[in-house]
Amino acid sequence: MARAGTGLQHDLREPRSWRRSKNRIATVLLVLAPVVVLIPLGFVLFTVIAKGASVLSWSFLTSAIPPSVLPADVGGIGPAVLGTIEITALATVMAVPLGVLGAIYLHEYGGNRPLARLIGFMADVMTGVPSIVMGLFIFSVWVLHFGFSGLAGAFALGCLILPVVIRSTDEMLKLVPDSLREGSYALGATKARVTLTVVLPAALGGIVSGVLLAIARAAGETAPLLFTILTVTTVNPNLFSGASTSLPSQIFVNASAPYAGAQGRGWGAALTLIAIAFTLMIAARLVTARFARYAH
Amino acid sequence: MSTLTRQQQGRPAGSLSQRRPPGDRGFQVLALAAGLLVLVILVLIAVSTGQQASSWFSAEGTKIFSSSWNPAAGQFGALAFLYGTAITAVIAIVIAVPVSVGTALLLTEVVPYRWARPIVSVIDLLAVVPSVVWGLWGILVFAPWVQGIYHAAGSGVEGVPVLGSLFGPPTSGASFFTAGIILAFMITPIVTSLSREVAATVPAIDKEGAYALGATRLEVIRGVVLPHSQGGIVGAVLLGLGRAMGETIAAALVIGSSATITSHLLAPGYNMPAVIANEFGEATGVFRSALMGLGVLLFIFTIIINVIARAAVQRSARRARGA
Repeated sequence: MARAGTGLQHDLREPRSWRRSKNRIATVLLVLAPVVVLIPLGFVLFTVIAKGASVLSWSFLTSAIPPSVLPADVGGIGPAVLGTIEITALATVMAVPLGVLGAIYLHEYGGNRPLARLIGFMADVMTGVPSIVMGLFIFSVWVLHFGFSGLAGAFALGCLILPVVIRSTDEMLKLVPDSLREGSYALGATKARVTLTVVLPAALGGIVSGVLLAIARAAGETAPLLFTILTVTTVNPNLFSGASTSLPSQIFVNASAPYAGAQGRGWGAALTLIAIAFTLMIAARLVTARFARYAH
Repeated sequence: MSTLTRQQQGRPAGSLSQRRPPGDRGFQVLALAAGLLVLVILVLIAVSTGQQASSWFSAEGTKIFSSSWNPAAGQFGALAFLYGTAITAVIAIVIAVPVSVGTALLLTEVVPYRWARPIVSVIDLLAVVPSVVWGLWGILVFAPWVQGIYHAAGSGVEGVPVLGSLFGPPTSGASFFTAGIILAFMITPIVTSLSREVAATVPAIDKEGAYALGATRLEVIRGVVLPHSQGGIVGAVLLGLGRAMGETIAAALVIGSSATITSHLLAPGYNMPAVIANEFGEATGVFRSALMGLGVLLFIFTIIINVIARAAVQRSARRARGA
């Protein structure tokens, strides 16, 4: 408060009209701030939709990837679509239960203990680890010993999803009222039972929404996949052995290709990827709206 | 406040907890193990990548920070990439921070709640656009488009003392500056949402007090909101800096892929994540180990920045709750 006072005294001595105009200018600048962001966003979305829509079709999503020199209306990105769905699904199956369990430890068991606070803090820090480092990490501990595979890619994506799920689930567990827990304990339930049958269902909407957002981000990641699945043009339905491909890796390859056809397929793949990510985001919003029982 | 709830939080009665069924205890152990996994992964990242990079550190010694990078001749000095990482991250921060903090203040101080929600949704859309799509758009649409502007700007300021060495020729569409701009778009959502969280903790009574004294909105922002949320905003900016340093694919596509150290921001350059992404596939031996070493350095930098940033955000949140 004292600091607020000194800041004001200075300004109040200036003439009234100048203070008002400065305020106007500042307000206009604040209103312009999000516009500066909107322009590139609109530009990107417009370009991706305009260039991607002309390529996109059912056969584009399912056909094999042709050589880069061929025009955009030949072939498609089938193996990449399959790879992205498989690898992201596997990463989700591995990371989400662990993330939810970790959050249960943080909020239901750890409370304010130093270990729980350290884990919570480090989960925050882990969300800031660059995705390329996760790729190098999985390359060192897995690919060097067992070779490239969809599984390795799923490990890398899982490492990115895990801390995000821990943090968002932890936030949701905080919203569950303690009276629910106390009521169940009073009925003689064990802590595990209370957590699994009372607390988790109560927080389910928020948890699912957080998970969907984490998947949406992970599905678009390229860097962790470069050195874990490699990028091939052939279809590889086996997740557990052999190099594979994914939508983001395919876009990365096509973006640096000098052929119009490859670039066209890149735009089509980009539109597909954005559509997947937006669908997941909208699903997250719907789930939040549907289950918003305890949030405020 | 959260300490209180956590202590009051329902716990099984003492007599019950002494004869807890094995399943109950097993679940607790399982949850603890999942929590510990975070620490295990972070330690494993450091150990495994450090091990892979050891031959670079031992073969080159202090030469890892030299400026000569020539894999064909066996020279692996990383200075150009460290420089490029710093430059692109700083450009991104300089562009993103005014926009993000401005948007955050607009949302908390100016517009009513029902307008704030759609603006937040749109900003969140930015975060959902994948890095590789920014890169694709950056290299195929944005870079060719800015090339002309760069060229005009470059020849305009040629010979002018400071501006000439910053923006003068050589210019290229794929450059430090283009990478910095794209990174700025990508870190805006996180800096905005964290700044907004921090600015929202300013007690309404302080702001109302200032308005009652006749302060304009700008004066309330400068005299009440900013001093109160300074620490948290610094944390948010640092988190953005960490993101900008580690963001890979977009930078790999638009930075120009040239390991040079130059003051010319419009010239092609390179940074740490981009060189790893572009070169790791073909690298073997000390080359691979050097790229792995760049990853280790990147990991160390981002961890340090994130620890400082998170601590700043948490401290500011705690102070806001206490106030």
